[in-house]
Amino acid sequence: MVAKADFEQSEGADGADIRFTGRLTLARLGDLPARLDALGPIASLDLSALERIDTVGAWIVTRTVKEHGAKVTGASPAAQRLLDALASDKSEYRVHRDRRPALIRMLEQVGIASRSVWHELIGIIGFFGAMIMALGTQLRARRRLRWNAIVTRFQTVGVDALPIIGLMTFLIGIVVAQQGAVQLRQFGLEVFTINLVGRASIRELGLLMTAIMVAGRSGSAFAAQIGTMKLTEEIDAMRTIGVSPMEAIVLPRVAAATILMPLLGFYASICAIIGGGVFCWIGLDIAPLTYIQLLRDIIPMTDFWAMLIKAPVFGILIGVTGCYEGMQVRQNAEEVGQRTTSAVVAAIFLVIVLDAMFAVFFSSIGWN
Amino acid sequence: MSDEIDEQVAEELAAADAVRPDAFDYAIRIRGLVNQFGDAVIHDGLDLDVRSGEILGVVGGSGTGKSVLMRSIIGLQAPAAGEIEVYGKTLDAIANEEESRDLRRRWGVMFQGGALFSTLSVAENIQVPLREYYPRTDQKLLDEIAAYKVAMVGLPPDAGPKYPAELSGGMVKRAGLARSLALDPALLFLDEPTAGLDPIGAAKFDELIRELADTMGLTVFLITHDLDSLYATCDRVAVLAEKKVIAVGTITELLATEHPWIQDYFNGPRGRAAAGCNIAAERHDRKS
Ligand SMILES: Nc1ncnc2c1ncn2[C@@H]1O[C@H](COP(=O)(O)OP(=O)(O)O)[C@@H](O)[C@H]1O
Ligand SMILES: [Mg+2]
Repeated sequence: MVAKADFEQSEGADGADIRFTGRLTLARLGDLPARLDALGPIASLDLSALERIDTVGAWIVTRTVKEHGAKVTGASPAAQRLLDALASDKSEYRVHRDRRPALIRMLEQVGIASRSVWHELIGIIGFFGAMIMALGTQLRARRRLRWNAIVTRFQTVGVDALPIIGLMTFLIGIVVAQQGAVQLRQFGLEVFTINLVGRASIRELGLLMTAIMVAGRSGSAFAAQIGTMKLTEEIDAMRTIGVSPMEAIVLPRVAAATILMPLLGFYASICAIIGGGVFCWIGLDIAPLTYIQLLRDIIPMTDFWAMLIKAPVFGILIGVTGCYEGMQVRQNAEEVGQRTTSAVVAAIFLVIVLDAMFAVFFSSIGWN
Repeated sequence: MSDEIDEQVAEELAAADAVRPDAFDYAIRIRGLVNQFGDAVIHDGLDLDVRSGEILGVVGGSGTGKSVLMRSIIGLQAPAAGEIEVYGKTLDAIANEEESRDLRRRWGVMFQGGALFSTLSVAENIQVPLREYYPRTDQKLLDEIAAYKVAMVGLPPDAGPKYPAELSGGMVKRAGLARSLALDPALLFLDEPTAGLDPIGAAKFDELIRELADTMGLTVFLITHDLDSLYATCDRVAVLAEKKVIAVGTITELLATEHPWIQDYFNGPRGRAAAGCNIAAERHDRKS
């Protein structure tokens, strides 16, 4: 076996004379650089006993020469070529970005983060405006909406989501009914479980759960698709050909989400009510027919309208946020991931904030 | 130094000894290679030898399977039949990630699109192979290595901390080359390194490859469309056509063959222009 890179050392008048042995290559370097650094002044480096040298070895030699002003002797022609290639000054070649002190960087991070929350919000609103403008242009130019693109999204945003949304809200219906029944039983008012399930499902739960699911499934998909298209310059290519990305990419997605949200929300509410009904039937002995009849008396039409008004707004919100975040991708794959995450987080957050505002609004106009 | 580290070093040295590039006359030997995608046969009984220490140019029309050939040699594409040997290692060993680790550090690959890791800076890209194979190298040395590799491939001093998205096309190519040279490989694969560069940039790149190959004693497998590159850098040229390597030799030797594609290629308007204004003919003579 060939020994690792090593050196012999003899003390001269002006410092150590070093004689390298073995192979001065990256694979065999071991702790040689550290041992070399630990030495005092070095007068000369003898390469004649080296079996082989690579650029890393040559770099070690060059570095030592520069530090100690040592002389190199016995370099083979190949070694000399390497040394010559590395001889020029490399000190201005940088590897890292300039780093500031940790405290400053931390403060800076906090500043950037707070500013970006604000910018994000402004950005989303601005993007929404731009989308409306694009829609206006499209309609004024009498170009037809891209129904094909919209309908394709129906499949992925809507139909494919039916099983998971149905199952989720069905289970939530059961949970709400069960928890409600436990509390109401203390007052002997178990029958009011139906009020709880019916009104909560139609007015809040069904739609909210749907919005969260759609944001997670489709908002993220929009962001990732568009982000990747930005990276591969597909969006730029589209612009140069004269196809507006707003028209071809963004509008169909937002339109699909907007059209589908009321349908999915209604479907989800019904599933939650069925879940509650199943619990009432099994747990409280309320027959399905009675359950339905009671629901008809309990749920005011305004609950239904409230849902139908909120749903498209949430749809627009999720679609716009997803597309906006996707469009913000500039550089690399990592960013696609980050933007997808913020698309989902921002969409869910905004949906819940808006939902709270709607709740206040509806009750102040007397839709209790 | 503790015993444990001693042992690790010993292991590493043993692995590094397993492949000894200078012990082979031929870096790559290919016999009867067949590649196909579904019904489309790309290579059918292809033979090729790459000598140690030469720069072999690989030419052929678009879609003749130059990239596929390279991918099969480096084990990214499983051929339907045939034998490939790189430094005496056969294809099965090449395709196996574990077995071929010591082979993998003997070669550097530069892909057609650069294939830089987009979330890492240029310097970090260069350090990826170094960290993978020599995890105990200290950071200071790693940084110095990255800096001189950046310098060696002719990137500007401020390129190290930049991210791939911040680089121009030519800089991406140079950064890709720097990464492929990170481990001081004996064998370098370059897939159309000068495609998409302006003529001046391309000429500089050719010079750079020739210079690096001479300095570091590299064997280079150079896929190219660029006739100037061929004249300027290659010791021999392999022509890919009709699913085979139809001819291998110096350009002078190729010009003596009758094959119509070769005649068209080298004697077409571009071929003549490249041959006419070329200073590299003497370089050839010097080499051969
Ligand atoms: N993954 C793949 N699947 C199917 N066909 C492929 C694949 N990769 C390459 N090909 C086909 O193989 C042929 C050769 O491709 P390639 O080696 O990239 O050509 P080039 O010589 O221009 O580099 C082309 O016809 C291409 O369509
Ligand atoms: Mg190719």
